[in-house]
Amino acid sequence: MSTGLQFSRRRFLQVLAGTAGALVVGVGYADAEVPIPPAMLGDDFGRLGAYVRIDRDGNVLIGARDPDTGTGTATALPRIIAEELDADWTRVTVVPLGLGVEAKNGKPVWTYGHQRSGTGDSIPAAWADLRQAGALARWLITQAAARRLGIAADRLRCEAGMVVTPDGRRFPYGSLVEAAGKIDPPNAPLPLKPPQRYTLIGRPAGDVDARNIVTGQTRYALDAHYADALVAVLAQCPWPDGSLASIETAPALAIKGVVKVMPINPETDVAPGETAIAPAVAVLAENTWAALRGLAELKLEWKPGAHSAEQDSGKLEAQALALLDTDSAPTTRIRDEGDLKAASRKAARRVEATYVQPWLAHATPEPMNCLVRLDKDQATLVVPTQAPKQAWSVVQRLTGLAPDRIAIEVPRVGGGYGRRLDHDYVAEAVMLAKAVDKPVRLMWTREQGLTHDYYRSGTVHKIKAIIGRKRTLIGWDQRMASASALTGRGVAADRLWTSEVAADQLPAGLVPAYRNDWYSLASGMPRGPFRGEPHVTNAFAVESFIDEIAHTLRENPLDTRLRLLGKPRQLALPGGGMLDVGRLLNVLKLVTDRIEWKNWLHNVNGMGVACWHIDGAYVAHAIEAAVHGEKLEIVRVVCAVDVGRVINPLGLQGQVAGATLDALSNALNPAITFRNGQVQQQGFKDYPLASMAQLPNDVEVILVPNDRAPTGASFLAMPTAAPALANAVFRASAVRVRRLPMMKELLRLL
Amino acid sequence: MQQAQAQGLPPATTGDITPEPVREGIDLIVNGERFRHTGDPLMPLLWYLRDVLRLTGTKLGDAHGEDGYDLVLVNGKAVSAIKRPMAKLVGARVTTVEGLAHADGSLHPLQQAFIDEDAIGCGYCTPGWLIAGIDLLTRKPKPTDEDIDKLPNRCRCGVQTRVRRAIKRAAGVKA
Ligand code: FES
Repeated sequence: MSTGLQFSRRRFLQVLAGTAGALVVGVGYADAEVPIPPAMLGDDFGRLGAYVRIDRDGNVLIGARDPDTGTGTATALPRIIAEELDADWTRVTVVPLGLGVEAKNGKPVWTYGHQRSGTGDSIPAAWADLRQAGALARWLITQAAARRLGIAADRLRCEAGMVVTPDGRRFPYGSLVEAAGKIDPPNAPLPLKPPQRYTLIGRPAGDVDARNIVTGQTRYALDAHYADALVAVLAQCPWPDGSLASIETAPALAIKGVVKVMPINPETDVAPGETAIAPAVAVLAENTWAALRGLAELKLEWKPGAHSAEQDSGKLEAQALALLDTDSAPTTRIRDEGDLKAASRKAARRVEATYVQPWLAHATPEPMNCLVRLDKDQATLVVPTQAPKQAWSVVQRLTGLAPDRIAIEVPRVGGGYGRRLDHDYVAEAVMLAKAVDKPVRLMWTREQGLTHDYYRSGTVHKIKAIIGRKRTLIGWDQRMASASALTGRGVAADRLWTSEVAADQLPAGLVPAYRNDWYSLASGMPRGPFRGEPHVTNAFAVESFIDEIAHTLRENPLDTRLRLLGKPRQLALPGGGMLDVGRLLNVLKLVTDRIEWKNWLHNVNGMGVACWHIDGAYVAHAIEAAVHGEKLEIVRVVCAVDVGRVINPLGLQGQVAGATLDALSNALNPAITFRNGQVQQQGFKDYPLASMAQLPNDVEVILVPNDRAPTGASFLAMPTAAPALANAVFRASAVRVRRLPMMKELLRLL
Repeated sequence: MQQAQAQGLPPATTGDITPEPVREGIDLIVNGERFRHTGDPLMPLLWYLRDVLRLTGTKLGDAHGEDGYDLVLVNGKAVSAIKRPMAKLVGARVTTVEGLAHADGSLHPLQQAFIDEDAIGCGYCTPGWLIAGIDLLTRKPKPTDEDIDKLPNRCRCGVQTRVRRAIKRAAGVKA
């Protein structure tokens, strides 16, 4: 159902050359292989509002405004519009919308509203305004029919792309669209469909790009090209604050096809993520192979920066452990409810544990890349981004162009995970394009994504629990140390914790005396947003620790959790959020029933459970695992989520299973370490994502039906997977994993 | 590249048409079409496919071709396109993800199974899984879980369980 229009010319050239018998030697490129949204083609005929275009023949184009990084927005968002439009989904073609920007008094105006993905707000934002977009288009069509037929609009109804009269006559939308386009839209918001009339929302739909993906037709940004574009590849300084010591360019320039070799440098006083990530030397060539050969011939030396030598992940961890052991004041006391001292006096038991989690890289499948064409007063870019507006601001700053002279196309993105909320690679491509009078296609290698990333900081958690009489948890004193992802990004010092801890995370609101302290670590290694954070690191510590409490109390860890959560109720949380305890209990019950938790004590394999909540969405995992010698087998995984109304159950199941496997993969093997300011993992051998054999054969997903407003769900299933596994491993092997990556720690302890 | 293009296409001016001299090169068949590569014999197949033929379905993965993103079928076997120089492809039959469907547009059963099982995340790794899966199904028409476990592909979006189901569906074995 997705569009393939933009590729026809390329295919034509290729087939022509092939069948004419001419042996094809560098057919070359069609003029431009940049996806052009069909909505922009030709006149504006058939456009009904910003997102909908209906052709005379009844085909419907619906724009997807948020980039789809694999999170399903290209399917879910258009279905929200199509539902209110009463469109025939089989006639819908989804078009990824580029950045919608117009200029007003020299300032940008965003014509599509929300345009960002992977931060959990795509669906809630769409729920708030895209239903109106669909309703508007339907209203215009109904008005056109009413005028033509002389029947009052409220006596007409719409159904699968047809207007239906009271006596059963049917008029296809396509026959009405010309007249509809001439009607003035109303000023007030339109009434929306009652949910009981939904035919698309809540029903499963496959990915709109599926057919193009399995046939290799989907063009990612890395696949876009201009005939005259130069390919740019980089040699990057291994130290983010280092510099070029010496360079010899002649051998590289001697390679046929290499056009230019030039250094680029991060601008000073620009926030991380908005300029080059590290000093680099770019090799620009007529094609990728020439560029890579040139790169191999480059003779250069880098020198470390003033602070490079201090950057050492091992030392940083030791520092964090020491810091949490002293009684020095935290950087921020995030929560301090009740009276810990008083609780301490009533202590019957105490439990204490420390959890250490490593630095992680995003390891995006599609490498960083950007295609940019700079004309005299126009920039055109194809960018794999999660946040086109932020990409725009980088281009605007570097080019000084008027807001509406910057066009940004965002085709399907090969994974985001937070990495593409930053736009260092866009800045690099624009810097290069400014220096050559040709378009530039910048391409990093996948390995460079490991050595030059805005990493997730390593974390250390130290938690103390105070248990009173009757096994009740009366005090919780948590300390966490990490290097904030927000450092240097224009965030006040007293807000740096917000990327590291969620104010209302478990067990906030549930323990009478609850304290959560954050200690800032100083690091020169770049950090940035990471999928599922700060929930993933915190849930691992908290949900592992609750099992440790259960073990101390010699009880079933499900019982410990049930006692902690208490009765179903609406609980106002100290950080301003609400916890619907009943919904959390429900997901916990669903997963434990499914995995047959009643066998917890006697099962030959270990069973573990964990639960969590994120902004009104609820998740639980139950996992069964076995440890055979040095091999960890994940036997069974069950996950239940409650996200409010489900837009696309098939898509959500995929997100839940996918996030579960991603979280397990991140917990099992990889870690980024650095010494003397250099990342030590140079390739994927040193940073192994999970193999098929390491992962479970299935993830059983349970969706809780619910008609509350939908919440974001793309990373909801991440936080509880690893602690549920660690808890299962403990039951299976009596080894408590308090340090990730899990496999390394298991092998050490077994 | 520009120059190569000018040579490959008929001269733009009218007048005498002299036959082009036969040029030396590496003949190979890609998705059923015959091509001759006259450039650097050390160029990896990946860049020939992506840059020269503009078949971009085969993706750039890691430098050692171990994570499966750049797999293609060479004479029916899954091969990393970045590890395979053009010089080693004389007379080879290469099939990329673009060549898996039939000429009438009907899909290979494994492609259809990927759609039916929703075995797609961001989709960047999908071509590689398809090639590895077809290679497996060719060797073992009824693969076991252990056979599927040996696939080299890596995925950050977590499609592995759905890929497993898709392979079993295409093979007609019980999930
Ligand atoms: S689907 Fe995104 S890497 Fe596999």
